[in-house]
Amino acid sequence: MRTIVSLICGTIFGFGLYISGMIDPQKVLGFLDIWAIADGGWDPSLAFVMGGGLAVAIPIFQFAKNRTEAVCGGEMNLPTNRAITTKLIGGGVLFGIGWGLVGYCPGPALSALAFGHTDTIIFVVAMIVGMGSARVLGLNK
Amino acid sequence: MENFTPISALIGGGLIGLASGLYLLLNGRIAGISGILGGLLTPTKAGAAVFERLAFVIGLIAGPFILMNATEIEAQSVVTSSLPVIVVAGLLVGLGTTIGSGCTSGHGICGLSRFSLRSLVATLSFMIAGFVTVLVTRHLMGGM
Repeated sequence: MRTIVSLICGTIFGFGLYISGMIDPQKVLGFLDIWAIADGGWDPSLAFVMGGGLAVAIPIFQFAKNRTEAVCGGEMNLPTNRAITTKLIGGGVLFGIGWGLVGYCPGPALSALAFGHTDTIIFVVAMIVGMGSARVLGLNK
Repeated sequence: MENFTPISALIGGGLIGLASGLYLLLNGRIAGISGILGGLLTPTKAGAAVFERLAFVIGLIAGPFILMNATEIEAQSVVTSSLPVIVVAGLLVGLGTTIGSGCTSGHGICGLSRFSLRSLVATLSFMIAGFVTVLVTRHLMGGM
Protein backbone atom coordinates (compact mmCIF):
# COMPACT_ATOMS: atom_id res chain seq x y z
CA MET A 1 0.00 0.00 0.00
CA ARG A 2 2.79 2.44 0.96
CA THR A 3 4.55 1.71 -2.33
CA ILE A 4 1.38 2.45 -4.32
CA VAL A 5 0.91 5.70 -2.39
CA SER A 6 4.52 6.63 -3.23
CA LEU A 7 3.95 5.92 -6.91
CA ILE A 8 0.78 8.04 -6.95
CA CYS A 9 2.38 10.91 -5.01
CA GLY A 10 5.44 10.86 -7.31
CA THR A 11 3.16 10.91 -10.36
CA ILE A 12 1.10 13.87 -9.05
CA PHE A 13 4.37 15.66 -8.22
CA GLY A 14 5.55 14.98 -11.79
CA PHE A 15 2.24 16.32 -13.18
CA GLY A 16 2.82 19.48 -11.15
CA LEU A 17 6.36 20.00 -12.42
CA TYR A 18 5.22 19.48 -16.01
CA ILE A 19 2.10 21.68 -15.86
CA SER A 20 3.84 24.48 -13.94
CA GLY A 21 6.62 24.57 -16.54
CA MET A 22 9.29 24.06 -13.84
CA ILE A 23 10.44 20.96 -15.74
CA ASP A 24 12.08 23.48 -18.12
CA PRO A 25 15.38 24.91 -16.82
CA GLN A 26 14.90 28.00 -18.99
CA LYS A 27 11.69 28.78 -17.09
CA VAL A 28 13.56 28.45 -13.79
CA LEU A 29 16.47 30.61 -14.99
CA GLY A 30 13.90 33.17 -16.15
CA PHE A 31 12.83 33.44 -12.51
CA LEU A 32 16.34 33.44 -11.04
CA ASP A 33 17.19 36.32 -13.39
CA ILE A 34 15.72 39.00 -11.12
CA TRP A 35 18.26 41.36 -12.68
CA ALA A 36 15.98 41.40 -15.75
CA ILE A 37 13.17 43.08 -13.77
CA ALA A 38 14.44 46.44 -14.99
CA ASP A 39 13.90 45.65 -18.69
CA GLY A 40 10.67 43.66 -18.17
CA GLY A 41 12.25 40.28 -18.97
CA TRP A 42 11.73 38.68 -15.56
CA ASP A 43 9.44 35.61 -15.26
CA PRO A 44 7.89 35.42 -11.76
CA SER A 45 6.16 32.06 -12.48
CA LEU A 46 8.29 30.08 -9.98
CA ALA A 47 7.07 32.30 -7.14
CA PHE A 48 3.49 31.37 -8.13
CA VAL A 49 4.45 27.67 -8.13
CA MET A 50 5.79 28.07 -4.58
CA GLY A 51 2.69 30.05 -3.61
CA GLY A 52 0.30 27.45 -5.04
CA GLY A 53 2.32 24.64 -3.47
CA LEU A 54 2.38 26.23 -0.02
CA ALA A 55 -1.32 27.16 -0.17
CA VAL A 56 -2.20 23.48 -0.55
CA ALA A 57 0.61 21.96 1.54
CA ILE A 58 0.45 24.19 4.64
CA PRO A 59 -3.06 23.10 5.78
CA ILE A 60 -2.26 19.41 5.15
CA PHE A 61 1.11 19.67 6.95
CA GLN A 62 -0.34 21.54 9.92
CA PHE A 63 -3.03 18.86 10.22
CA ALA A 64 -0.64 15.93 9.66
CA LYS A 65 2.21 17.02 11.94
CA ASN A 66 0.13 16.48 15.08
CA ARG A 67 -0.61 12.88 14.16
CA THR A 68 1.36 10.14 15.87
CA GLU A 69 0.91 7.61 13.07
CA ALA A 70 0.74 7.80 9.27
CA VAL A 71 -2.62 6.89 7.69
CA CYS A 72 -1.00 3.87 5.98
CA GLY A 73 0.65 2.86 9.24
CA GLY A 74 4.10 3.47 10.62
CA GLU A 75 5.55 6.49 12.38
CA MET A 76 5.55 10.08 11.18
CA ASN A 77 9.11 10.69 9.97
CA LEU A 78 9.26 14.42 10.63
CA PRO A 79 12.68 16.09 10.82
CA THR A 80 13.76 16.84 14.40
CA ASN A 81 16.94 18.76 13.57
CA ARG A 82 16.41 22.48 14.13
CA ALA A 83 20.07 23.52 14.11
CA ILE A 84 21.07 26.31 11.75
CA THR A 85 24.64 25.40 10.87
CA THR A 86 27.41 26.37 8.47
CA LYS A 87 26.77 23.07 6.66
CA LEU A 88 23.10 23.91 6.14
CA ILE A 89 23.94 27.29 4.63
CA GLY A 90 27.08 26.13 2.81
CA GLY A 91 25.23 23.17 1.29
CA GLY A 92 22.41 25.50 0.28
CA VAL A 93 24.86 27.87 -1.42
CA LEU A 94 26.59 25.05 -3.36
CA PHE A 95 23.20 23.74 -4.45
CA GLY A 96 22.09 27.26 -5.43
CA ILE A 97 25.18 27.77 -7.62
CA GLY A 98 24.55 24.48 -9.45
CA TRP A 99 20.86 25.34 -9.76
CA GLY A 100 21.68 28.77 -11.22
CA LEU A 101 24.22 27.34 -13.69
CA VAL A 102 21.84 25.00 -15.55
CA GLY A 103 18.37 25.59 -14.06
CA TYR A 104 17.74 22.08 -12.76
CA CYS A 105 17.05 21.18 -9.13
CA PRO A 106 16.63 17.47 -8.25
CA GLY A 107 12.85 17.11 -8.87
CA PRO A 108 12.66 18.71 -12.32
CA ALA A 109 15.91 17.00 -13.38
CA LEU A 110 14.44 13.56 -12.61
CA SER A 111 11.06 14.41 -14.16
CA ALA A 112 12.74 15.75 -17.30
CA LEU A 113 14.21 12.29 -17.92
CA ALA A 114 10.78 11.66 -19.49
CA PHE A 115 11.98 13.74 -22.47
CA GLY A 116 15.03 11.48 -22.89
CA HIS A 117 17.48 14.35 -23.64
CA THR A 118 21.16 13.44 -23.31
CA ASP A 119 21.94 16.70 -21.44
CA THR A 120 19.37 15.82 -18.78
CA ILE A 121 20.75 12.30 -18.38
CA ILE A 122 24.31 13.65 -17.96
CA PHE A 123 23.09 16.16 -15.34
CA VAL A 124 21.26 13.46 -13.37
CA VAL A 125 24.28 11.13 -13.45
CA ALA A 126 26.56 13.96 -12.21
CA MET A 127 24.01 14.83 -9.51
CA ILE A 128 23.91 11.21 -8.28
CA VAL A 129 27.73 11.11 -8.27
CA GLY A 130 27.69 14.30 -6.18
CA MET A 131 25.17 12.80 -3.74
CA GLY A 132 27.19 9.60 -3.47
CA SER A 133 30.49 11.48 -2.99
CA ALA A 134 29.04 13.58 -0.17
CA ARG A 135 27.81 10.41 1.52
CA VAL A 136 31.14 8.63 1.12
CA LEU A 137 32.86 11.66 2.66
CA GLY A 138 30.35 11.59 5.53
CA LEU A 139 29.11 15.11 4.75
CA ASN A 140 25.46 14.06 5.05
CA LYS A 141 25.68 13.60 8.82
CA MET B 1 7.11 39.55 -18.73
CA GLU B 2 6.04 37.75 -21.93
CA ASN B 3 6.95 34.33 -20.49
CA PHE B 4 4.93 34.75 -17.29
CA THR B 5 2.37 31.91 -16.87
CA PRO B 6 0.63 32.53 -13.52
CA ILE B 7 -2.36 30.18 -13.97
CA SER B 8 -0.45 27.05 -14.96
CA ALA B 9 2.15 27.91 -12.30
CA LEU B 10 -0.53 28.04 -9.58
CA ILE B 11 -2.20 24.81 -10.76
CA GLY B 12 1.13 22.97 -11.09
CA GLY B 13 2.29 24.32 -7.74
CA GLY B 14 -0.97 23.18 -6.14
CA LEU B 15 -0.39 19.65 -7.47
CA ILE B 16 3.15 19.66 -6.04
CA GLY B 17 1.76 20.80 -2.68
CA LEU B 18 -0.94 18.13 -2.83
CA ALA B 19 1.58 15.37 -3.58
CA SER B 20 3.84 16.53 -0.71
CA GLY B 21 0.93 16.77 1.73
CA LEU B 22 -0.48 13.36 0.83
CA TYR B 23 2.95 11.75 1.12
CA LEU B 24 3.33 13.02 4.68
CA LEU B 25 -0.25 12.28 5.71
CA LEU B 26 -0.45 8.79 4.21
CA ASN B 27 3.16 7.53 4.41
CA GLY B 28 4.49 9.76 7.17
CA ARG B 29 7.41 10.94 5.04
CA ILE B 30 8.80 14.23 3.74
CA ALA B 31 8.62 14.49 -0.06
CA GLY B 32 12.14 15.84 -0.45
CA ILE B 33 13.39 14.69 -3.84
CA SER B 34 17.11 14.89 -2.98
CA GLY B 35 16.47 12.86 0.19
CA ILE B 36 14.34 10.28 -1.63
CA LEU B 37 16.94 9.84 -4.39
CA GLY B 38 19.92 10.01 -2.03
CA GLY B 39 18.42 7.37 0.25
CA LEU B 40 18.50 4.95 -2.67
CA LEU B 41 22.30 5.18 -2.61
CA THR B 42 22.41 3.47 0.80
CA PRO B 43 19.77 0.74 0.24
CA THR B 44 20.96 -1.51 3.06
CA LYS B 45 20.58 1.13 5.77
CA ALA B 46 17.77 0.63 8.29
CA GLY B 47 14.60 2.46 7.23
CA ALA B 48 15.85 2.78 3.66
CA ALA B 49 12.36 2.00 2.30
CA VAL B 50 13.83 1.22 -1.11
CA PHE B 51 10.58 0.29 -2.86
CA GLU B 52 8.77 3.38 -1.60
CA ARG B 53 11.58 5.65 -2.77
CA LEU B 54 11.91 3.89 -6.11
CA ALA B 55 8.15 4.10 -6.68
CA PHE B 56 8.22 7.87 -6.02
CA VAL B 57 11.06 8.37 -8.53
CA ILE B 58 9.28 6.23 -11.15
CA GLY B 59 6.15 8.35 -10.61
CA LEU B 60 8.14 11.57 -11.04
CA ILE B 61 9.23 10.42 -14.49
CA ALA B 62 5.93 8.72 -15.39
CA GLY B 63 3.86 11.85 -14.62
CA PRO B 64 5.37 14.03 -17.37
CA PHE B 65 5.58 11.00 -19.69
CA ILE B 66 1.82 10.44 -19.37
CA LEU B 67 0.95 14.11 -19.93
CA MET B 68 3.18 14.53 -22.99
CA ASN B 69 1.83 11.40 -24.66
CA ALA B 70 -1.80 11.28 -23.58
CA THR B 71 -2.81 14.95 -23.45
CA GLU B 72 -2.53 18.15 -25.45
CA ILE B 73 -0.60 19.85 -22.66
CA GLU B 74 2.81 20.83 -23.97
CA ALA B 75 6.06 21.46 -22.14
CA GLN B 76 9.75 21.37 -22.88
CA SER B 77 12.99 20.95 -20.99
CA VAL B 78 15.78 22.88 -22.64
CA VAL B 79 19.40 22.83 -21.45
CA THR B 80 21.57 25.47 -23.10
CA SER B 81 24.73 24.98 -21.00
CA SER B 82 27.94 23.42 -22.33
CA LEU B 83 28.89 19.87 -21.28
CA PRO B 84 31.47 20.87 -18.62
CA VAL B 85 28.97 23.30 -17.05
CA ILE B 86 26.27 20.59 -16.98
CA VAL B 87 28.63 18.18 -15.20
CA VAL B 88 29.84 20.78 -12.67
CA ALA B 89 26.27 21.95 -12.01
CA GLY B 90 25.05 18.37 -11.50
CA LEU B 91 27.89 17.65 -9.06
CA LEU B 92 27.19 20.88 -7.14
CA VAL B 93 23.46 20.12 -6.90
CA GLY B 94 24.20 16.59 -5.67
CA LEU B 95 26.85 17.71 -3.15
CA GLY B 96 24.97 20.79 -1.98
CA THR B 97 21.60 19.11 -1.41
CA THR B 98 23.31 16.28 0.53
CA ILE B 99 25.42 18.61 2.70
CA GLY B 100 22.48 20.99 3.23
CA SER B 101 20.00 18.14 3.84
CA GLY B 102 17.47 19.12 1.21
CA CYS B 103 16.43 20.95 -1.93
CA THR B 104 13.57 23.01 -3.32
CA SER B 105 11.00 20.37 -2.37
CA GLY B 106 12.25 19.21 1.04
CA HIS B 107 13.23 22.62 2.40
CA GLY B 108 11.21 24.86 0.05
CA ILE B 109 7.78 23.20 0.04
CA CYS B 110 7.77 20.72 2.94
CA GLY B 111 10.00 22.68 5.35
CA LEU B 112 8.20 25.97 4.88
CA SER B 113 4.84 24.18 5.27
CA ARG B 114 6.02 22.94 8.67
CA PHE B 115 7.05 26.54 9.50
CA SER B 116 10.66 25.34 9.99
CA LEU B 117 13.14 28.17 10.53
CA ARG B 118 15.96 25.81 9.52
CA SER B 119 14.30 25.20 6.14
CA LEU B 120 13.65 28.92 5.66
CA VAL B 121 17.37 29.63 6.14
CA ALA B 122 18.26 26.81 3.69
CA THR B 123 15.72 28.08 1.13
CA LEU B 124 17.07 31.65 1.36
CA SER B 125 20.63 30.28 0.98
CA PHE B 126 19.99 28.47 -2.28
CA MET B 127 17.66 31.14 -3.68
CA ILE B 128 20.19 33.92 -3.09
CA ALA B 129 23.03 31.75 -4.47
CA GLY B 130 20.84 31.07 -7.54
CA PHE B 131 20.12 34.78 -8.08
CA VAL B 132 23.80 35.69 -7.77
CA THR B 133 24.89 32.83 -10.08
CA VAL B 134 22.51 33.98 -12.82
CA LEU B 135 23.69 37.57 -12.32
CA VAL B 136 27.29 36.45 -12.88
CA THR B 137 26.66 34.08 -15.81
CA ARG B 138 24.05 36.11 -17.73
CA HIS B 139 24.95 39.71 -16.99
CA LEU B 140 28.60 39.86 -15.96
CA MET B 141 29.99 37.07 -18.19
CA GLY B 142 27.42 37.35 -20.97
CA GLY B 143 26.00 33.83 -20.90
CA MET B 144 27.59 30.43 -20.30
